[in-house]
Amino acid sequence: MRSPSEPAMPRGPAALVAAGLVALNFGALAAVAGRADGAGGLSAADWSALRFTVMQAALSALLSVALAIPVARALARRRFPGRGALIVLMGAPFILPVLVAVSGLLAVFGRNGWVNDALGLVGLPTVSIYGLHGILLAHVFFNLPLSVRLILQGWARVPSEHLRLSATLGFDASARFRHIEAPMLARVVPGALGVVFLICLTSFAVALTLGGGPRATTLELAIYQAFRFEFDLGRAALLAGVQAAVGLAALVLLTRATLPEMRATGHDRPAPPPPGGLELVLDAGAIALAAGFLLVPLVAVLARGLPHLWGLPAPVWAALGRSLLVAGASVLLLAAMALALTLAALTRRWPEIAGSLALVSSPLVIGTGLFIVIHPLADPAALALPITALVNAAMALPFALRAILPAARRAQADYGRLAQVLGLDRRAQWRLVLWPRLRRPAGFALGLGAALSLGDLGVIVLFAQTGGETLPMQLQRLMGAYRTDDAAGAAVLLLAVALAGFVVVERLVGGRDADA
Amino acid sequence: MLTLDGVVIAQDGFRLSADLSVEAGARVAVIGPSGAGKSTLLGALAGVVPLASGQIRWQGARIDTLPPARRPLSILFQDNNLLPHLSVFDNVALGIDPGLRLTSEQRAAVTTALAETGLEGLGGRKPATLSGGQISRAALARVLLRARPLILLDEPFAALGPALKNAMLDLVAQIARRHGATVLMISHDPADALRICPQTILVADGRAEAPADTAALLRDPPPALAAYLG
Repeated sequence: MRSPSEPAMPRGPAALVAAGLVALNFGALAAVAGRADGAGGLSAADWSALRFTVMQAALSALLSVALAIPVARALARRRFPGRGALIVLMGAPFILPVLVAVSGLLAVFGRNGWVNDALGLVGLPTVSIYGLHGILLAHVFFNLPLSVRLILQGWARVPSEHLRLSATLGFDASARFRHIEAPMLARVVPGALGVVFLICLTSFAVALTLGGGPRATTLELAIYQAFRFEFDLGRAALLAGVQAAVGLAALVLLTRATLPEMRATGHDRPAPPPPGGLELVLDAGAIALAAGFLLVPLVAVLARGLPHLWGLPAPVWAALGRSLLVAGASVLLLAAMALALTLAALTRRWPEIAGSLALVSSPLVIGTGLFIVIHPLADPAALALPITALVNAAMALPFALRAILPAARRAQADYGRLAQVLGLDRRAQWRLVLWPRLRRPAGFALGLGAALSLGDLGVIVLFAQTGGETLPMQLQRLMGAYRTDDAAGAAVLLLAVALAGFVVVERLVGGRDADA
Repeated sequence: MLTLDGVVIAQDGFRLSADLSVEAGARVAVIGPSGAGKSTLLGALAGVVPLASGQIRWQGARIDTLPPARRPLSILFQDNNLLPHLSVFDNVALGIDPGLRLTSEQRAAVTTALAETGLEGLGGRKPATLSGGQISRAALARVLLRARPLILLDEPFAALGPALKNAMLDLVAQIARRHGATVLMISHDPADALRICPQTILVADGRAEAPADTAALLRDPPPALAAYLG
């Protein structure tokens, strides 16, 4: 309950943003639904795309989380030089453009990659990265680190007393798993599986580059193909409707399945020394394999691309310019929307819900809807860049709010009363109470938004024509045309730009003094 | 006899040395300012905090080289002594077999330990449904069942009210007397020490002193203890 003297944070801008987001998400869905009516039922190929989408997302989630468990356990209980850096590296896939990772995986596992070179040397048949297993490989590359970080949080919440107890009572590995680790995992793993499943459900760029064909096409890819190759808007709309329904169903199921947080908290005494012997060897192996799996493809990108960086053709540099424009506009939009919604969400729920609407739809669903709306009115290609910036910002908004809102609510809960008794007005409260506590999470969120926008290959492919590509789209063209050297150089450029975008925005907004 | 021979514990800037012995069957309070290293000292005895140097011996045999579970002791922490997802019965039974594969005699022993600590009929409950006193009793039932010659208490009753805490201290003394067990008990309250511990180890200024008579020590405290007692 707000008391009358508390300065009310402005709600008008938030209402405007919320209305815009509702229009963007549901308007797109309505357009899709209207257009899909005349498209008839789902064809056999559509059903197979639906099945493949769900199947690859489920397998990706199972593989990522199953592999993450031993890695998270090893990271939780071992201390070694470089541990902190490795945990930071586990966060890097958030800002790593999908196509850069795919380039790296191709350099290692692709037709002329290091693995096949090695297999050829010893006379073994080569392996192909294309198809289901290539898609799974890329999804595990992105989601193994995410799962490790989620599960690591579960391990961190195991009270150190329980570890001491297990040492003094003489638990062996199986008793420790049964009494201490399994109950923790039972709470953490469903959430991790759900998050990875949701992410992989809307996989587009990975499926575009490593999948395709009747046996490895996701719904998102099918939408794109209906657009690009058949220009069949009705079928694209129908597929977009299916994609949205699947995403919504998964989201509803998963929010219900999410379990409450563990409440046990210890006194943060140091944990007893971890077990040695075989378990030490297994832990070391898990850490080394995970680090290698993440680092080698990135090293491969750099090794192949650096020599070709300066010789990149002019269209790549032009695409870089367009990407920077899109990302700049996207970050500004994201900041404005996040600010308006955060201020209004201090005492209410609806702004948060409005900001999370994008979780329901996917970029290609929104893109399809917008295309259907715009097509009769204007040339979609002319609006490609503004629309990309808008969709990027809307897609990053749920993540930004998750970073910023808890800090804002905590600041309000901790200091709101103080601000009230001191009689701070709205502006003083923002400047003195909220902003100092928000700039770090805001810097992180906007940096993430910049990197996501710079690396995004999604809605742009529906709108842009030749000559209007962003850098990721240009990279995809080069890869598709087997211009290997230029593609390798462009991948390094994209990697550098995404990292720089994250760092620059985070520093600018978050300030250099991290603990201020 | 428990002997700490030239023991040094060093952890990021923190250092504690101990050169002392405790008679078998003695009940000894461990008192000192917060952060002086009382918990660390008990942790080192239990084997969950490593020694920088020195030896720990029980009845003449080294125990500091043994893994925690093979040491002749039970330890109770301030909280989280019970696993929240296991029943009280299973939590106590962990003291016999961490795999929870119990023979019928062992199951009977668990039931007896529960009865002797006043938890008859509560074996099927989860810790979250117990009161603070009952949680302490369940942890003590496990100590009773394990019947190790050394009992280390890291303030397990700190959150209980005075009457309940006294009841628990008396239960500890009763369990210790039954097995002739040696007790080392961290406490913030001189009254706890006076109640069940004839002797006291003072931990202050990076040293754990040899046990001294509790009443005499509290009557005429050295400067570090005087400052702590206020």
